[in-house]
Amino acid sequence: MVRSPTVDAVMAHERAASFTKRSIKNASKEAMLRLALSMLDLTTLEGKDSHEKARSLCHKARTPYPRDLDVLGITLPSCAAVCVYPALVRTCKETLARVSGTTPINVASVATGFPSGQYPLEVRLEDTRRAVADGADEIDMVISRGLFLAGKLDEVAHEIRAIKRACMRLDGSFAHLKVILETGELETLDNVRLASDLSIHAMNDVAREFPDLPDGHIHSDFIKTSTGKVQPAATMPVTLVMLEAIRDWYLATGNVVGMKPAGGIRSAKQAVHYLVMVHETMSPLRVPGYERSLGNPWLTPAYFRFGASTLCNDILRQLVKLKTGRYVAAHDFTDA
Amino acid sequence: MTTLSTTSSTASTTPSPATTPSNHTRPHVTAAFAINYAPAPETTKVEILPRYGHFINGCFVEPLDNTYFPTINPANETTLSHIAQGSSRDVDAAVKAARKAHPAWAALPALERGKILFRVARRIQERARELAVLETLDSGKPIKESRDVDVPLAAAHFFYHAGWADKLDHAFSGRPWSPLGVCGQIIPWNFPLLMAAWKLAPALACGNTIVLKPAETTSLTALRLAEIMHEVGLPKGVLNIVTGDGKTGAALACHPDLNKVAFTGSTDVGKKIAAAVATTARKPGTHTPKLTLELGGKSPHIIFEDASIDQAIEGIISGIYFNQGEVCCAGSRLLVQEPILQTLITKLNLRLASLRVGDPIDKNTDVGAINSRAQLNRIEHYLRVGQDEGATLHMPGGPSPTGKGFWCKPCFFTDVQPSHTIARDEIFGPVLSVMSFRTPDEAISRANNTPFGLAAGIWTDKGSKIFEIAKALKAGVIWCNTYNKFDPSSPFGGYKESGTGREGGVQGLKAYVNLA
Repeated sequence: MVRSPTVDAVMAHERAASFTKRSIKNASKEAMLRLALSMLDLTTLEGKDSHEKARSLCHKARTPYPRDLDVLGITLPSCAAVCVYPALVRTCKETLARVSGTTPINVASVATGFPSGQYPLEVRLEDTRRAVADGADEIDMVISRGLFLAGKLDEVAHEIRAIKRACMRLDGSFAHLKVILETGELETLDNVRLASDLSIHAMNDVAREFPDLPDGHIHSDFIKTSTGKVQPAATMPVTLVMLEAIRDWYLATGNVVGMKPAGGIRSAKQAVHYLVMVHETMSPLRVPGYERSLGNPWLTPAYFRFGASTLCNDILRQLVKLKTGRYVAAHDFTDA
Repeated sequence: MTTLSTTSSTASTTPSPATTPSNHTRPHVTAAFAINYAPAPETTKVEILPRYGHFINGCFVEPLDNTYFPTINPANETTLSHIAQGSSRDVDAAVKAARKAHPAWAALPALERGKILFRVARRIQERARELAVLETLDSGKPIKESRDVDVPLAAAHFFYHAGWADKLDHAFSGRPWSPLGVCGQIIPWNFPLLMAAWKLAPALACGNTIVLKPAETTSLTALRLAEIMHEVGLPKGVLNIVTGDGKTGAALACHPDLNKVAFTGSTDVGKKIAAAVATTARKPGTHTPKLTLELGGKSPHIIFEDASIDQAIEGIISGIYFNQGEVCCAGSRLLVQEPILQTLITKLNLRLASLRVGDPIDKNTDVGAINSRAQLNRIEHYLRVGQDEGATLHMPGGPSPTGKGFWCKPCFFTDVQPSHTIARDEIFGPVLSVMSFRTPDEAISRANNTPFGLAAGIWTDKGSKIFEIAKALKAGVIWCNTYNKFDPSSPFGGYKESGTGREGGVQGLKAYVNLA
């Protein structure tokens, strides 16, 4: 049974607001925007998504701004991943395999009866297995909020463990797992903290069943705020509470769990606020092995992602504005 | 991280773009960035004259002795201006002006007095940026705080008391009231403008006239406030300001023609003022002035094991590092329930490492400069004494700013015993003493085991415990699951050696009227 600290909502909101008051300009702003770009899980999760749209998304993720060298004088990083429904995983894998590039772009698939999770566990497990078999590098699962709110925490943990095991590939490696808490439906920050701790523990239980696997193969799991289908989606206070859970887990075990706020982060300014929060909350930990980001693994795409679609072009807009002093028209940037 | 804003730069730490980039060689996606905030100084220009005289009878006048002393920016030790050193003759002139102005001011329709106070409040808001910058330059407090706390609260105090001006007949359960007369007010250097507002607003609302003495190191915003008040039509002589050091303050406190003395500052000086007020020779038939004192503190901050710990950490931070800990109600004694002591120390160390110490005028600075060399010496003395007596000092984070200015990195002591000097004396700096307790009774007895009684904080997730503990604490202000929150409608003041009388709210008004 997980024992979580309580969260005082008033002070948590106040602390979260303090990160929006930092003055981030010029060189620091540019560096943060480029970082945010490299952390994007470029997402499309519509019923009307086509294979053609999935292909566009992949190209956009590889080359967010084809004119970057002409206009900005630098090459921008690619996005970290594309995030799609299971039906489009294979298309994305094939497309990304053809788009040349030196760095891998992962394919993340929502699964487990996304977005509601209101399906029998067997169906959700099969959903996961198929996405993994189709080549998904990352699985974004939803927890059963019904079970959680009914207080059946052991059952929630059991489901997460089962789904984590279903992420195993034929060769014995694992697709990374992101557990979506759907914090908008959990409502209270106490629930957010409890669900975070519970998910982290459940994923770790499975990791311990495979002591021989190298760390990065089994431990690179995430907790994620939202599906984007429920309001409110990601908020600063919710993300702060989840980061605190991740920080406490690191302090207790030395294991690094990733964080993905998703839904509602549309502007570059918001992304900067989130990065300030990640910096001020996590940087003092000084995790060994992450010297390039001053000991903060959460300031790398390996452990922090933004789930977003429109955010990408706003980041580009702001980067162009910083360089040229002008805002350019929306049609100057490619659609995903 | 915790890079000083003055030295931060992103250039050295961001990965350099490929020299011959093409679409085939895009930068590595796992490229990591170290975040450094660029310097972000508040750029509002503020006019500061080379020197300032006293403000007496509606205009600036030269001091009768013609002596001035420099006032410096504690962040870089440059001289900002020169301030008049007030003598007893200057004080006398100011008191005479206030006495002369009193009958007309007291006779003014209450609505008119209120109108002027409303205008002052509005004008403070309009000139907020200027006042914030001036306050930060003169006092060393971070612009973030002067901008978001000091100046807005100062305006709020004038708004609040402006509202009372024409409703005083209903303030004291219908008892008839009359103004006291002339008030001598002496204020400290930690919140120069805000303390002026706390003192002036209720006194003026109740129809009193004033002689104010700002602290020696921080006179500029009070003088600017005098300018603002006359800009909006405060009659001359109603507010007079005499600047100077402790001798000027003593001359004011001992003046025989005052109806009220109000002092905010250290307990030592407060005791001297009380003695001086009690023993000053007066004309036959005149009363000893009313006296209110808002003095020092060593406020307990109690963290129970069921507290929301990450938010309690935020409360602790704002409790002791707000305004570099130069706060009379600072939560400087941390009492932590034993089971969570180690966790709390770990988290406190991490949180302190993220505080940004540096140039107060930079918008990203969390902890600014100590107000004066004398205060820094005093803090450093306590840091030595704490270690000598066996406590363990924790001072995480990057290096202190170097070069000119008065700097003390935020820190805390563990292994502190209640008998240690650092657990008993008011340090008035960013220094926290961490102690533990086992049971609620022990928490209460340790919390109350102090000559002070200004404020206290309680953190627990259990509502009933809050009431139980709050009832037992001997402190004028008790914050529950928060700390250092101020509101003009809430009375503020101390038990025991933390003072007498209340400021703010109806209780604060009472200190500025005679009740029939």
